Amino acid sequence: MSIRILYFGRLKDVLGRGEETLDWAGGDSAALLAALRGRGEDWAEALAAGKVFRLVVNQQVVRGEVPIPDGAEVGILPPVTGG
Amino acid sequence: MHCHITVQQDRFDLAAEEAALRAVAGDAGALVAFQGMVRGHDAATPLAALFLEHYPGVTEAEIGRIADAAAGRWPISAVRVVHRVGRLVPGEQIVLVLVASAHRKAAFAAAEYLMDYLKTEAPFWKREDFTDGSSRWVDAKASDDAAAASWRD
Repeated sequence: MSIRILYFGRLKDVLGRGEETLDWAGGDSAALLAALRGRGEDWAEALAAGKVFRLVVNQQVVRGEVPIPDGAEVGILPPVTGG
Repeated sequence: MHCHITVQQDRFDLAAEEAALRAVAGDAGALVAFQGMVRGHDAATPLAALFLEHYPGVTEAEIGRIADAAAGRWPISAVRVVHRVGRLVPGEQIVLVLVASAHRKAAFAAAEYLMDYLKTEAPFWKREDFTDGSSRWVDAKASDDAAAASWRD
């Protein structure tokens, strides 16, 4: 299946991309993060548990592990700093 | 409760925003306005500009959720939030929160609650661009998390 991933804030700079289309076997949000962390040290470090604030799946903020449907838009959010 | 949320690059006009709030606020005895501004000297090197980005659609929805939560705690009749994104230089406006209520205490409290949660929940990210050409993404502040957590008691 294929999903679209969006990166924000410092993740965009550290990972060198604002978005990408990913073909992967499928699974839940934890499996997706594990797959991305497996890309190398930079990825494992940037997406470490304490550094990812929240995931957004199809524009819905999710808490905990959720399934990722085929064709989903997944936003990976570092800790927010607005206001 | 009337709620209006805008994320925009342009400046906002306080008088125009206030008029829009008052048009839907009903018989409000209190109107609280908070404006956040860009500070120029937060670090050793002076700031040239802040750059803000957000997650279109998700940001507006999250602010709406925070406003609904505020309306569940205090009797407020209208909320208006404008948050700017893009490049903002020191002294410029960055955020506006307007709250109308029948009474003063509810309006003050709800405005503070909105700002506390906006800073810790709404998907915005700030990058500081300094006058020496360096830049860095701002780290989330523990003090902001503590301020938001203080409402949970």
